[in-house]
Amino acid sequence: MQYQTQGFSLDNSGRRIVVDPVTRIEGHMRIETNIDEHNVIRNAVSTGTMWRGLEVILKGRDPRDAWAFVERICGVCTGCHALASVRAVEDALQIQIPPNAHLIRELMAKTLQVHDHAVHFYHLHALDWVDIVNALKADPKKTSELQQMVSPAHPLSSPGYFRDVQSRIKKFVDSGQLGPFMNGYWGNKAYALPPEANLMAVTHYLEALDLQKEWVKIHTIFGGKNPHPNYLVGGVPCAINLDGDLAAGAPINMERLNFVKARIDEIIAFNNNVYLPDVLAIGTLYKQAGWLYGGGLAATNLMDYGDYPHVQYDKSTDQLPGGAILGGNWDEIHPVDPRDPEQVQEFVAHSWYKYADESRGLHPWDGVTEPHFELGPGTKGSRTALEQVDESAKYSWVKSPRWRGHAMEVGPLARYVLGYAHALKGNRYALRMKEQVDYSARMINQDVPKLLGFAPTELGLKQLLPTTIGRTLARAMESQYCGEMMLADWTELVDNIRNGDTSTANVEKWDPSTWPAEAKGAGPVAAPRGANCHWIRIKDGRIENYQCIVPSTWNGGPRDAKGQIGAFEAALLGMPVSDPEQPLEILRTLHSFDPCMACATHVMSPDGQELAKVTVR
Amino acid sequence: MANAPSATVLGIGNLLWADEGFGVRCVERLDGEYEFGPGLDLVDGGTQGLCLLGYVQAAQRLLIFDAVDFGLPPGQLVQVRDDDVPRYLGARKMSLHQTGFQEVLQLAEFTGRFPREVVLLGCQPEELEDYGGSLRPSVRAAIGPALEQALAILARWGFAARRRAAPLDGAAAVTLPTLSMRRYEQDRPSAEAACRIGDERFLPRAAPQAATEG
Repeated sequence: MQYQTQGFSLDNSGRRIVVDPVTRIEGHMRIETNIDEHNVIRNAVSTGTMWRGLEVILKGRDPRDAWAFVERICGVCTGCHALASVRAVEDALQIQIPPNAHLIRELMAKTLQVHDHAVHFYHLHALDWVDIVNALKADPKKTSELQQMVSPAHPLSSPGYFRDVQSRIKKFVDSGQLGPFMNGYWGNKAYALPPEANLMAVTHYLEALDLQKEWVKIHTIFGGKNPHPNYLVGGVPCAINLDGDLAAGAPINMERLNFVKARIDEIIAFNNNVYLPDVLAIGTLYKQAGWLYGGGLAATNLMDYGDYPHVQYDKSTDQLPGGAILGGNWDEIHPVDPRDPEQVQEFVAHSWYKYADESRGLHPWDGVTEPHFELGPGTKGSRTALEQVDESAKYSWVKSPRWRGHAMEVGPLARYVLGYAHALKGNRYALRMKEQVDYSARMINQDVPKLLGFAPTELGLKQLLPTTIGRTLARAMESQYCGEMMLADWTELVDNIRNGDTSTANVEKWDPSTWPAEAKGAGPVAAPRGANCHWIRIKDGRIENYQCIVPSTWNGGPRDAKGQIGAFEAALLGMPVSDPEQPLEILRTLHSFDPCMACATHVMSPDGQELAKVTVR
Repeated sequence: MANAPSATVLGIGNLLWADEGFGVRCVERLDGEYEFGPGLDLVDGGTQGLCLLGYVQAAQRLLIFDAVDFGLPPGQLVQVRDDDVPRYLGARKMSLHQTGFQEVLQLAEFTGRFPREVVLLGCQPEELEDYGGSLRPSVRAAIGPALEQALAILARWGFAARRRAAPLDGAAAVTLPTLSMRRYEQDRPSAEAACRIGDERFLPRAAPQAATEG
């Protein structure tokens, strides 16, 4: 089968590579690709292999409780679902939250961003770029020199420090128990870093592990409990008393706020001295190796709802401004409204669900989640042991969301292209994003190559950003930006409290007797993985319908009735695979989306199989 | 006090998936019925992965409740210790939270900060494929004996339990009142309103018709 869509040519005649599962964390996802005689990917098929059922278990429950359930969907991104949930309910009931509650939610949301981005990069994605076993060959002295070159401000850079880490890795490797590192394709030639860069990155992985557990304490301070912080419809569930004592459960006081400030300072230093320099160095080295693959839809269609308003409830001041970019035209930003039934719609032509008319999409307020599992005639294997799906029929448990009928990529890269486009149009709330993009492009093109002794390049933003590297870079820039915004939020919060405002919740509409008989709302959130939104319909004080479209639904969804492909499938097309038995490039590109299928589907696994199984036919 | 005993009791699993909620429900009940002296942390770990690393590194002693597939009759309890714990969690994984948690244990070891003692109190589940459902009677009945074993271990570690004189205030409970077993079960939507099965390829027992009609 061959066909053209969205500027891509698909051809499924070549050898089929099946990778299942793609992530070793939450949820299940499978990718099937066809490669031509040069091992270049000509067809990609993304399957969410688990049923998603969150929406239905919320039916009939109290809307004020929904956040607690959605927080349990997945073990990776708790806060962004809870936040989307309380926002959806507040939107439906027209509840406005006090300024302190807004600022505290901002601090919590950005803590999640920073935490999630750093953990994703170092813990889950770095090993697609970094060969940990190769780090054993590094010279600690040269590693120290490299460290001081790429990040002179980072204090941890002595040869002895790197030697110590190296011996710890050696002990682990020698024990034969690689633990979290046991699944890498160590030694694969698609790894492009020299041993010293590998050792530096593994060392920073350990630093990140140590720091991240301090950062999440911000959630405990404001959310009361960790690892599942509390949320509240109408505000935040914490009281403020600057002079209060330190007893457990006591209100937020100055000492706790100072603890938060210390973590913010730590976050900013880590992003500036470690995370961003690492990504710039790795990005430069892979660019130097000619590896600029994986762009897909990022070159054309990108979307976000916009978030982090500088002025509460004023969308025009969003510091991550939203909108939709179509056809790679950065000069035109289309406004996006999650409440408009004509804009965001979900299709199920290729999903294991049933609609009355599957040529049409449904807005989430009218969404239907009715499972309907059937395999196409071209399926290989049996229903219980699937060898190959038939993408001409239904082939995924994920639905296909579309914006005005277009497939869109979401995520930090989408937000950075949007921010850049907004800044070009004079939006002053996006200037910092443009500055970051320009700085990073200059570093990757000029400064880092000079430091490492390579010839500089002159790649434009449209060559550099819509790539696997660009996606990983955008996440690092967003982490840096969030740390900076947190400092501003913190300062505003403390000023506000000092001026005598200690209000943290608006409880006027807490009692369901104050609600209209029927109401509907939408709760968009700039989640770490991209545009996240929950939609709710409330009837007689209870949840009548609840739908989530999470970032991995946008990116990982299957084709629609017109055959249009989603972001995962598009990103793989045209990419060469150096060894089909070890599809490192496929995993690297898919992991650059930070796929988390638990919320796109659900958390059960058939066998908890950890090691990705690769089948080449 | 540098030598004050510190221990953590951690319940893990996803309470939305029937018997997978065993670990979380044990911690909820332990917290609801008993009080302990300082130095003991009760944590509802849910399916959190890396977020639990700090708890593991900080604990001198770690007691874990989880549903684990030992291939035994449903509701049967098994006690596993120290080095065997990651091995058991890795042997027959039922759920990805265990991939995550096994990795957390390995990472704690890699960073050189690992509890002196680890005990896993595992329960053989009966049913997992019931989304939005609660514990099956066999597994529910295992909570009491699991708590007895836990109390004995904690006493040995220097944490004597006292029965709570007054019921625990909901806001202070380790598991949110909204998600408490009672409310979770009471407010569950009917099977007609909310499909209860998962992906049928992995659920040979589930009738496909139940998924499509209703």
